Amino acid sequence: MGGFFKKLFKKLGFNPFNRKNTIKLGLYGPPNGGKSTLANRICQDWLGEEMSTISHIAHETREITIKEQVTIKNKKGKELTFSLVDTPGIATKIDYEDFIRRGMKKLDAKKRAKEATKGVVDAIKWLDDMDSVVVVLDATQDPYSQVNITIIGNLQARDIPVLIAANKVDLKKANMDVVKAAFPQYEVVGISAKYGKNIEGFYEQLFKLV
Amino acid sequence: MVTFQFVPYNDVEDLSSAKRINKLLNIVKDDCIVIMEGRLTKEEEADLIECTMEGIDSRFKGIELSVIYPDKDKQSATRWLKGAFAHLLLGDRQGLTIIGPASIVKKIEKNPDKIELFTKENGRSLARKKKR
Repeated sequence: MGGFFKKLFKKLGFNPFNRKNTIKLGLYGPPNGGKSTLANRICQDWLGEEMSTISHIAHETREITIKEQVTIKNKKGKELTFSLVDTPGIATKIDYEDFIRRGMKKLDAKKRAKEATKGVVDAIKWLDDMDSVVVVLDATQDPYSQVNITIIGNLQARDIPVLIAANKVDLKKANMDVVKAAFPQYEVVGISAKYGKNIEGFYEQLFKLV
Repeated sequence: MVTFQFVPYNDVEDLSSAKRINKLLNIVKDDCIVIMEGRLTKEEEADLIECTMEGIDSRFKGIELSVIYPDKDKQSATRWLKGAFAHLLLGDRQGLTIIGPASIVKKIEKNPDKIELFTKENGRSLARKKKR
């Protein structure tokens, strides 16, 4: 019964169950999709500072990172304020030997793997706290992976609005059509978080999402 | 050698979510590839990932997971109705869930009509195909 009223109040734009004043916008997705690069792009564009460290080695983000009070503006002058939540990449397997192969020392690799597993658990637990989510996918990779389907399915089950950001469209291998075909029920926006390609289009979609 | 273990829907239907996940993970930890009739709920899939992460150690590296489920949009009305009726009477037995240990299964690729399971056996990938 509580869920019904929650949804009803949400639709009416009023939620007495919600003690928070600001919207939590989560960045979710598999590792190395570009969540932290996008978080940095947003923070650079609107706050003039970076939010997360990035690396070509997977699982660089191993803790939930929050940037409070990010305000973006659209062309019409409308403002949108939210707390940006950068989450660790969700994976079904983590092997410390993969980190060693990328040049890390054994001890560091083991530590990174342990922290990464905890990060995945935290990211899943935080799903319930999100008001809206941008699922950041690497547009050069197969979008039909079970991790993507599980993340989006869980957001759908929780009635959380979703925008799919198909990242890395600057790369030749990127295929927007495949991403769109994989998730026809969702808005998909192609971006390059690294180079800022179509980032304006992404911000416009955020206004529709939140 | 790769071992597959079939888990019929009857074996898991009366179990709680936690016990169901535990049962599947225990099979995977014994280096078997689970082929389960039916599928987990989305919440159970997330719980499965959580439990997998909590169980990772020097021997268990995680899982590869894939779910095949009929595309309801492509089903005829009669077929959909039959499926809905069967679901009501017998539970959601549609689809197939494949879970393999990451130390054995390199990746599982889904195409519309088949799934391809690439194993790490003998240091080379071995594709095993299953028709839907």
